[in-house]
Amino acid sequence: MRGLVLFLVLWAGPVLAVQPDERLADPAMEARARTLSRDLRCVVCQNESIDASAAPLARDIRVLLRERLVAGDDDRAAVAFLVARYGDFVLLRPPVRPDTWVLWFGPFAVLLAGGVVTVLALRRRAVGVGPKPLSVEEEVRLAALLRDEEGRR
Amino acid sequence: MGRWLYAVPLVLFLGLAGYFGVALFSGRDPRELPSALIDRPMPDFVLPGLGEGGGVSAAGLRGEVVVVNFFASWCAPCRVEHPLLLRLARQERVRVVGIAYKDRPEDSRRFLAELGDPYRGVGVDRDGRVGIDFGLYGVPETYVVDRAGHIRKRFVGALTPGLLERELLPLVRGLERR
Repeated sequence: MRGLVLFLVLWAGPVLAVQPDERLADPAMEARARTLSRDLRCVVCQNESIDASAAPLARDIRVLLRERLVAGDDDRAAVAFLVARYGDFVLLRPPVRPDTWVLWFGPFAVLLAGGVVTVLALRRRAVGVGPKPLSVEEEVRLAALLRDEEGRR
Repeated sequence: MGRWLYAVPLVLFLGLAGYFGVALFSGRDPRELPSALIDRPMPDFVLPGLGEGGGVSAAGLRGEVVVVNFFASWCAPCRVEHPLLLRLARQERVRVVGIAYKDRPEDSRRFLAELGDPYRGVGVDRDGRVGIDFGLYGVPETYVVDRAGHIRKRFVGALTPGLLERELLPLVRGLERR
């Protein structure tokens, strides 16, 4: 019983924010609105999407977003409408633009550079396997040194 | 192949970490990003007025430097900043216009009757749509608008005497002189 209650409570979480009276009659359009609002930041609660937030402003923006869709905006236009008012900050997924390249590609550049250097280092180690064999002169010197050592004992 | 090559990933990583670190630890509140509307025309709006003075509209504000203040009777920080707005209007002779955000007109009226009315006009934004057009996060929020109707600065949250002295008043005075 307790398990069932816990299960129901946990499952109820995601559907709490979007109230029944906000939903659109057209299921396809409602689905578009849900998808879009999952990627839009609730500016009052910051790290929550407007889809998940119970804040009054998030609700207002959800309703507004649905109105834009009903009015015939495509997804891009509906999101642009909000970006015009709140800036890129409303987008939970930052746009890929020259000024965000460092953000998007920086970590991959570090990974790539690290990989290249690792491969080069490994290859270099593989080329010189073990110490080089002694040359003839070195063999002669070694023999002489060993002989001297024997003599001193 | 030089030995320095081994340092490339480390240098890249440190550069990246430093770049993100500065943004993260500079103490800058991302909410205080300048409004998306800075130096852009104020949203076009027409709102019914609170008093007998008639409505408030973007077109009606053009031609004068004006401070637009979003407030609500249910908002506690609005009470805190209210004496500053009164000072701005009465002593500094700055034109302050109010927008009552998501507030019942009778509550707004009572709020102003109790604390004093600094506004040259109050627009009633019951559903908060004009707020969203301004990119409002919440109340209070204050915008400085120049003669051409362009938003020059936004203050998120309650004004403080420091903000008023150091930022708002110098900006308004500068704009008025032009």
